[in-house]
Amino acid sequence: MTQRREVWITGVGLLTCLGEGLETTWDKLERGGPPAYDAKSFAPYIVHPLPPISFDRQIVKKSDQRQMEPWQRFGVYAAGLALADAGVAGKPDLLDRTDMIVAAGGGERDVEADTAILAGARRVANPSAFLNERLMSDLRPTLFLAQLPNLLAGNISIVHGVVGSSRTLLGEEAAGVDAVRVAHARIAAGQSELTLVGGAYNAARWDILLALEQDGLLLKDHFAPVWDRGPHGGIALANMAAFLVLESRDHAEMRGAKARARLATVRSERNRRQPGDIEATLRNEWEAIAPGVKREHAAVISGASGLEPATSAEQRALAQFGLPVRNTGTYIGHAIETQFEANLGIACAAIEHGKLFPPSGTGDTGDAPAELSQIVVTSVGNWRGEGLALIERID
Amino acid sequence: MNGAIAKRDKTGRPVVAVTGIGVVTSLGVGKSDNWAKLTAGVSGIKRIARFPTEGLRTTIAGAAAEVYREHMSPAELSERMARMAGEEAIAQSGIGSRGRFPGPLCLAPPPLEVEWADRLKMADMAATNADPKYPDLVRVAREFAAIHGPFKYDIIGDSLAEHFGTVGSPISLNTACASGATAIQLGVEAIRRGECEAVLAVGADGSLTPESLVRFSLLSALSTQNDPPERASKPFSKNRDGFVLAEGAAALVLEDLDHARARGARILGIVEGCGEKSDSFHRTRSSPDGKPIIACMRNALADAGVEPDDIDYINAHGTSTPENDKMEHLGVAAVFGDRASGIPISSNKSMIGHCLTAAGAVEAAFTLLTLEHERIPPTINHAVPDPTIALDVVPNVARDAKVRRAISNSFGFGGQNVCLVMAREPA
Repeated sequence: MTQRREVWITGVGLLTCLGEGLETTWDKLERGGPPAYDAKSFAPYIVHPLPPISFDRQIVKKSDQRQMEPWQRFGVYAAGLALADAGVAGKPDLLDRTDMIVAAGGGERDVEADTAILAGARRVANPSAFLNERLMSDLRPTLFLAQLPNLLAGNISIVHGVVGSSRTLLGEEAAGVDAVRVAHARIAAGQSELTLVGGAYNAARWDILLALEQDGLLLKDHFAPVWDRGPHGGIALANMAAFLVLESRDHAEMRGAKARARLATVRSERNRRQPGDIEATLRNEWEAIAPGVKREHAAVISGASGLEPATSAEQRALAQFGLPVRNTGTYIGHAIETQFEANLGIACAAIEHGKLFPPSGTGDTGDAPAELSQIVVTSVGNWRGEGLALIERID
Repeated sequence: MNGAIAKRDKTGRPVVAVTGIGVVTSLGVGKSDNWAKLTAGVSGIKRIARFPTEGLRTTIAGAAAEVYREHMSPAELSERMARMAGEEAIAQSGIGSRGRFPGPLCLAPPPLEVEWADRLKMADMAATNADPKYPDLVRVAREFAAIHGPFKYDIIGDSLAEHFGTVGSPISLNTACASGATAIQLGVEAIRRGECEAVLAVGADGSLTPESLVRFSLLSALSTQNDPPERASKPFSKNRDGFVLAEGAAALVLEDLDHARARGARILGIVEGCGEKSDSFHRTRSSPDGKPIIACMRNALADAGVEPDDIDYINAHGTSTPENDKMEHLGVAAVFGDRASGIPISSNKSMIGHCLTAAGAVEAAFTLLTLEHERIPPTINHAVPDPTIALDVVPNVARDAKVRRAISNSFGFGGQNVCLVMAREPA
């Protein structure tokens, strides 16, 4: 099974703080933003919220919406957009064999219930018994289903009827890259014809801020472009959802599907994050894809998060590629597992429009080539997750 | 391959062998101890001793008591079990060298969260006069982590990748109660693609905490027949009333058969096929017609290139919930037709409980041991048969039988269904 088949991106579904749908996000990016962030609701932390969304359009049943917490609604919505974009939505014969790989983190907690337990636990003589009693009475059964990482995929199966196969990868940015890598490899090797791949993230909640702030990851107080957040730089988390429909060329041509771009290569590697490791890993990955890159027609869309020293390390590595660079994180924030898929979607739009969006910050360098036909998309995770993908125009 | 003809399966793909097995469950550490107890019909289910259980409806579990150390978090316990299972599997396989496993890691860990113990400590640390709220906890989070270590969702996979020296980005995955089987499936697919010659596939779950118990309890998924603990898990019985939450881990060294033979490794079995089919009916329940479960098993048989008649044993998902066992019976009856009531089918969960994300890997390991020993572990606690389930569940006592090929089922919340086909080494 060493046959290598072409993998096309035939659908993109995107929700970002700039808007709903790939085109809306692209239009605002092209106009140079401005970055849509909220520095008040979770002060001193900065998050990128989503604009109001009418979930009814993709999640018709209110009963389904009630069974989901926000990250699942975001994801199910974006998955629906991607399936519609690919012309797969509502076609049971195709959905029946559509595979799915979702990249997910932990689910959502009931912050109010937790807060009540925290308050009560300090007043009782037996906190363990108190905890048991309150968990039994305060936890909503449906909330557990929002906490299971695979229940975004489960809800996509229920709402959109994607039932070929379903796998959920865990592990922050690395999960986002590996989800695309595995989906690409399966199609290239003939193990799948059609795969929905993506993720969703809800940053606007204190429980996720608690988890990430333990690692000192979060941007505080002052917003700045990701490249220029200084040595104490951090992540401005984002609400986001992004799904791609990947498809074998044969299958796409057979059903007359219009492709947005070709996903030529996806690489991911682990390193120990010693000084120089990020640069070395990106250089190795770049060397692996460089023979296929037409430098006069290519650019980089970076997934740098603003966290240091990772962002500076990526900037140094990218300087060696010698391609124009644009980062999306300044405009749309950073959504951990979802960022890589979102950037692949945005790269599709860049190729279709033959343009880049305006630079933001010192790491965004160079001008778009006259004829832009290839984009290298990067991922440098908050502690792991160095990856590269090459997507290109189908001529 | 020294000019030898490469071994391929019926569709020309590399054949995936198993050359190492490691297991940890509530029965003990290591496959020989586990196998001895499993075939003797011993239960690992006990009263929970790890934390107070007052106020809980379910007070029993299959805890990994031999591995647990005081104050271990689910992440630490899961990692420790995964290491033990991985070391056992790699030692048996003899592959690679110490700290250098020549292939990737596919891991099914429990989903991690900030634990209550830590949340309460951060509340203390925040030292507010008013009641502590989340923003107060977040304010002291860095300080807390400096003392207690940081929180990472993928900490288990990363530290196992470091410990075993696996290649590339470690894959951590979750397909709920099918996760362990999915880890094996991802590994099989990678070897078939020719990406690698070996994969370390691991499932590990050490997440017995009050909250995990309560969550399943609120979905009415757990047995509440707490007394005696060892009688609570009774798959396929008429009086079954839920599963028993349990901990465990298993590791398989998956290897391209040619690669394994070339280095003279002992072949413990072959993973001939993997099948999957998602269910869009409901978040926690199977489609009443059983179609996804049926399709999942049929997909696995088709992937292996075998017929239902070729299967000698079924390692059931067999959770002991009213719903699962009914639906699994329906699926088996449809796939195996007239033979359904004649094929031995047993549930390891009757003895070890439900190891959640590890279950699929643990049960694949036990299925391989069943093939190796040609001895079928029983379904214990089978005192009151369910008249609507016409299956040979190997009640209460292990049985010697000719077992050349078996399937292992794993079904999970979120419509996850995975079935693995495993066989003895081909001639």
